[in-house]
Amino acid sequence: MKAIIWQGTNKVGVERVPDPTLLLSTDAIVRVTSTAICGSDLHLLDGYIPSMEKGDILGHEFMGEIVEVGRDVKNLKVGDRVVVPFNIACGVCDPCRRGLFSACDNTNPNHRMAEALYGAVSGGGLFGYSHLYGGYAGGQAQFVRVPFADVGCFKIESDLRDEQVLFLTDIFPTGYQAAEQCGIIPGRDVVAVFGAGPVGQFAARSAMMLGAAHVIVIDRVPERLNMAEAAGAQTINYEKEDVLVALRDATGGRGPDHVIDAVGLEAHGHGPGALMDTAKQKARLNFDRITALRWAILSCAKGGTVSVPGVYGGLVDKLPMGAAFAKGLTFRMGQTHTHRYVLPLLERIEAGQIDPTFVITHRASLDEAPELYKTFRDKHDGCIKVVLDPWGQPGQVQRG
Amino acid sequence: MGHVDFATPGAAMTAQPTTQPSTPKPYRDHSTESLLSPVERGVMGVLGLGALALSLRGGPVERLLLAAVGVGFTGMAATGTNPLATALKIRQNEEGDTLVSDAVTVGQPPERLYAIWRDLTNLPGLMKHLESVQVLDERRSRWTVKGPAGTAVSWDAELTADEPGRRIAWRSLPGAAIENSGEVLFRPAPGDRGTEIRVNLAYHAPGGTTGAVIARIAGQEPSQQLRDDLMRFKREQELGFAPTTKGQSSGRAEKDPGQAQQQTGQGGQK
Ligand SMILES: NC(=O)c1ccc[n+]([C@@H]2O[C@H](COP(=O)([O-])OP(=O)(O)OC[C@H]3O[C@@H](n4cnc5c(N)ncnc54)[C@H](O)[C@@H]3O)[C@@H](O)[C@H]2O)c1
Ligand SMILES: [Zn+2]
Ligand SMILES: [Zn+2]
Repeated sequence: MKAIIWQGTNKVGVERVPDPTLLLSTDAIVRVTSTAICGSDLHLLDGYIPSMEKGDILGHEFMGEIVEVGRDVKNLKVGDRVVVPFNIACGVCDPCRRGLFSACDNTNPNHRMAEALYGAVSGGGLFGYSHLYGGYAGGQAQFVRVPFADVGCFKIESDLRDEQVLFLTDIFPTGYQAAEQCGIIPGRDVVAVFGAGPVGQFAARSAMMLGAAHVIVIDRVPERLNMAEAAGAQTINYEKEDVLVALRDATGGRGPDHVIDAVGLEAHGHGPGALMDTAKQKARLNFDRITALRWAILSCAKGGTVSVPGVYGGLVDKLPMGAAFAKGLTFRMGQTHTHRYVLPLLERIEAGQIDPTFVITHRASLDEAPELYKTFRDKHDGCIKVVLDPWGQPGQVQRG
Repeated sequence: MGHVDFATPGAAMTAQPTTQPSTPKPYRDHSTESLLSPVERGVMGVLGLGALALSLRGGPVERLLLAAVGVGFTGMAATGTNPLATALKIRQNEEGDTLVSDAVTVGQPPERLYAIWRDLTNLPGLMKHLESVQVLDERRSRWTVKGPAGTAVSWDAELTADEPGRRIAWRSLPGAAIENSGEVLFRPAPGDRGTEIRVNLAYHAPGGTTGAVIARIAGQEPSQQLRDDLMRFKREQELGFAPTTKGQSSGRAEKDPGQAQQQTGQGGQK
């Protein structure tokens, strides 16, 4: 089959690799009909997530059709059309039973690695996201093995198109969880979202669905800001305005009640803190660039929530802990508990409350993926979200 | 060396908090003291840099672990303390016995888990360094371990405590080549989460902590084995199999080196 392969930092390629096979009786094989490139994949491309191995199959946002099931798979049959959350969860451990699917105890075969790095029992495995997270082959491919298939495959029985449900695998639940965990008081709370990438877009729209009185989105990429404005958000271009002043002005001097960091460890920024972050990150000292997180903490109103869907991987420097303490902020963060949100958010899509296709700017076949990884990373050509058809004819990138 | 006798006869075990090793002898935590001699510090420095250098090659799992180990050793060389000792859950008592312990929470009732451990013939399946355990009579059994380079060592052990649903303890009988003792404690986890299992092992390792740390790199180190053993047990009990990626598709030809570190899964049938 064809698959997108991590070939080293800054190197992603299309290769022919063996088709996946069932490895355990609880596995299924899915023929992938649509897959997407995520902002999280850019951290892999750029080499910031440790323990990638040349030859790893990338991709954690995918859906398709079941073509084979292991004999212990109870709820699925060949031909079922499914979306598959990017986390792999066992469904029976204590975290899973509490709905904390990304904290699953049992699905990471390399648990010891995570324990060595993070000092805690490892969270669950992820598709196509480094050996630290289990080393599972990803879904930017024509076929993918889905372990724990009964837990990880959600059937789509309505006639919604792939593109309308594909983002249930990650970015829609991720944006939604980021907003939900703010505990927004409807009609009252103001929510600011740093980052107008796909996650920020869904976070802003989710904050509105959850009743935020006002939503402000911060980025520097004009077409991304325009997309947020189209949903009814106020926007701030942090390269044109002092973002902290602008956020105070926009909230009568209080600051936003809740702030979402939908940027993560590759934040762009300026000032001495940002310069130091960049220097240390370049030296691979395991330091993350945290401009967006700093701004989130500094801008947030007293008693507010800093909600962090943006990915961090190592250490941070100059975190304004004093400000966070003085204001009594609540921090919420982590990999999304995607399984929890698939069905409720599918209902919202079916009810016409949101059409997730708004975020798609580029469609192509797998063969165009290497080029589109870079287009997406460099924000060229107005690129905000790329959807790939693993069976499509090579050669054409479709815009819009 | 003397045994670390967890099972002090007559001790009222119910009074012991099971999260603490119930060893009567004090142990010191090497991570808090500057115990390394200048020679050891030199060795640590070389090992640290070596591990850091190695971490730049090899598969991803080795790389990450070695990098962590390298930083640890380099730190030891710099400070004269052993930051890994705590991380590796290795401690030593006054008599130079190495103590290894770890804990895991398993979503099954204590009685059921106790029964599995109480059948000593199950132990080789639970603790992978054991080759076999042969029950000789009510109290005595013969244990065999795989040593380095394919050698095997056997000794006789006796049960020193057996409290159904709560605790099992044993120790080697005089004459054992590797003098050792151990206990497994079971107690209900709060809030319907199953059972907290704690394993305490004591053995006389040459070279004390440093030897144990070096052994860990060689993959022979017991605390690492214990961690893997406990996680494998948890997953067998909760899932009935071990998660795996062994044999999955990738852009690497044939054998997938990235999977080399994984424990062998046992629920291998499709
Ligand atoms: N928690 C999860 O489970 C989860 C799931 C998916 C994605 N993520 C993470 O969410 C983050 C965003 O993902 P995405 O797909 O939207 O990525 P993206 O790279 O497309 O978007 C990031 C956006 O942040 C903007 N940005 C950079 N620096 C900024 C700053 N200082 N202030 C404001 N904006 C800034 C960039 O211009 C870009 O538009 C990534 O870190 C990704 O890894 C997390
Ligand atoms: Zn993603
Ligand atoms: Zn689980």
